[in-house]
Amino acid sequence: MSIRSLVLKASTVLVGAAAVLFIAAEPGGHIDIPKENWSFQGFFGHYDRAQLKRGFQIYSQVCSGCHSMNLMSYRNLQSIGFTEDEVKEIASKVQVQNEDPNDAGEMFERPGKPSDLFHPPFPNEQAARAANNGALPPDMSLLAKSRAGKGFGGYSGADYIHALLTGYGEPPADMKLNPGMNYNKFFKGHQIAMPQPLQDDSVTYADGTKATLDQESRDIATFLTWTAEGEMEQRKKTGLRAMLFLVVFTLLAYAAKRKVWKNIH
Amino acid sequence: MSKHFKNPVVRWIDHRLPVFSYLDHEANEYPTPKNLNYWWNFGSLAGFMLIAMIATGIFLAMQYTPHVSMAFNSVERIMRDVNFGWLLRYLHMNGASMFFIVVYIHIFRGLYFGSYKAPRELLWQLGVLILLLMMATAFMGYVLPWGQMSFWGATVITNLFSAIPLVGDKIVTLLWGGFAVDNPTLNRFFALHYLMPFVILAVVLLHIIALHRFGSNNPIGIDTKGKQDTIPFHPYYTTKDIFGLGIFLIFYAFWVFYAPNALGDPDNYIPANPLSTPEHIVPEWYFLPFYAILRSIPDKLLGVIAMGASIAILFVLPWLDRSPVRSGTFRPVFKWFFWMLVFDCAILMFVGKNPPDWFWQPFALRVTPVEEVVAAAGVPDADSLWSITFAGGTLGIRILLLGQLATLYYFAYFIVILPLLSIFETPKRLPLSISEPVLKGGGKAAVAHAHSKPMEKA
Repeated sequence: MSIRSLVLKASTVLVGAAAVLFIAAEPGGHIDIPKENWSFQGFFGHYDRAQLKRGFQIYSQVCSGCHSMNLMSYRNLQSIGFTEDEVKEIASKVQVQNEDPNDAGEMFERPGKPSDLFHPPFPNEQAARAANNGALPPDMSLLAKSRAGKGFGGYSGADYIHALLTGYGEPPADMKLNPGMNYNKFFKGHQIAMPQPLQDDSVTYADGTKATLDQESRDIATFLTWTAEGEMEQRKKTGLRAMLFLVVFTLLAYAAKRKVWKNIH
Repeated sequence: MSKHFKNPVVRWIDHRLPVFSYLDHEANEYPTPKNLNYWWNFGSLAGFMLIAMIATGIFLAMQYTPHVSMAFNSVERIMRDVNFGWLLRYLHMNGASMFFIVVYIHIFRGLYFGSYKAPRELLWQLGVLILLLMMATAFMGYVLPWGQMSFWGATVITNLFSAIPLVGDKIVTLLWGGFAVDNPTLNRFFALHYLMPFVILAVVLLHIIALHRFGSNNPIGIDTKGKQDTIPFHPYYTTKDIFGLGIFLIFYAFWVFYAPNALGDPDNYIPANPLSTPEHIVPEWYFLPFYAILRSIPDKLLGVIAMGASIAILFVLPWLDRSPVRSGTFRPVFKWFFWMLVFDCAILMFVGKNPPDWFWQPFALRVTPVEEVVAAAGVPDADSLWSITFAGGTLGIRILLLGQLATLYYFAYFIVILPLLSIFETPKRLPLSISEPVLKGGGKAAVAHAHSKPMEKA
């Protein structure tokens, strides 16, 4: 291979890599969401069970007043460290309408069971809007996935949720807020219908962790990542095994190829 | 032709149904040029991806519900409650991207080494047909999860057909199965998404039959001249393909296990809502270059025609490039234009991703919203901006203009540059045969006394 063709190849690779980075890059003009460190990121990432429980506490004591979570069942809570009895207890606190009528043909209400979906705060969208100044609090099941930054290496949904919850404040002097709106420096357009949901000591943690706004935001962001990507731990564990297998497989395939081709080269 | 097999059962069957003779002929005997490089791995990788997509897709279909009120949640059920359902879905969803990566490399390999030239014109055209079918299949598959991008992507793309004069609206109604993208649309897209891969499989078989007529092209681009130039496909290229497959699977697995949503749009995790339009409707990355060409033309019908032409032109490519030399290795000028085409497609991809009225500021490393440029340039409104403008001290070019220039180059490459090159370019001298440079160690000596003799007509 001549020097000239090496230079040509190297510059092609560089230009190509630069092009890929440009395409992957988020266009400017967007709000910069700061990236945080999370226990679940990286190749070996896993959820912190205590943090998930704290996050669930925030969800049930604060968020669930307005936000539904319609893809999660109470039974799912067992995988963040609640026992079967605790889950039964949590589920039984809500009254749900039974799917089928009783023997007299009447619909009836009963206490929740672990197999029930999380009980929604409002019966329908209209009721939710009516109670919230016309704004619809989004369902939270997939929030962490749907609010993540686009493309490879973008901010995660947890980064966004943490930024949003800590991004409330006074609007700049030259900005006029619409009635009923709140200023948030990380929300698109900086006007958000949701009033600041968390402050220092919004909850009292059962495990004694100090409930600062930052801590609470991290905990709920982690919990919402878990509700969106409950499979993540299994995925990364399986991924590690798959990768190990594939590396060995590829090395063996390479050895086989070399052996077969020995007389051709 | 029938071979004598040792195994009596095989022999019995083969005598009545010569499948084993056929396989032996197409794999064991099938002569393949001995000098194929790793760019030739991507054909078999594409075949692998087709099978992988069909296999994962069939199992996903067992759990999926094609109904507007249930589709989104049924996909989430696969993710949450089906054993290893997340793996199936992430394999399938990232598999689409992998399939396109592999196929695009396969196509560019064909473009560089002149694999479309005689006598492989039909082989090439069948390949372009496969690309078209793949695009249709991928588009309809993306609609199935019924998220925001599914819905609005379907709306935008199906609406393109309304640009066709006279019958356009009728075609759109037919595609929708009604007067808007709704349940009938989802149902027919699901049915067709299940059907199309098998149509692709059939065309792939034709592609392989056409390939085996004259055998693979090769990096030198001259025909094989006898036994010394070829090796049997098996075991040589089977082992090489399996090694390539291993490398590729590691790449594939990385996305599936560690960045499964990086190639998709986060908005598709919001259930479809016909009443709320997303801010930017952007297709999946593999459609971006075509989307950029579509938007470069301000007229809807002409834009659709340009987008169609960007694929259609590949059908006639064998007759546009008249140069008798196949391989770009021996075409010193062609080489540069080819790599510029690769770069051009990357630019088109970049353009397709960004809003057309925004400005790319290459030296500020960002794409800036038009309002910011208006403010920085100190002009009253966006209309008074030039397409190339200084704002905030750095040069910016409107995405629309960038896309138009890139579109121009894309078509110029096929319509102007290739035909002219076939007249004016002086190719380097070709080696006499494939094994000559191989046997004599290094191409230079062999080429020096070889008289220029372009490829033989088959």
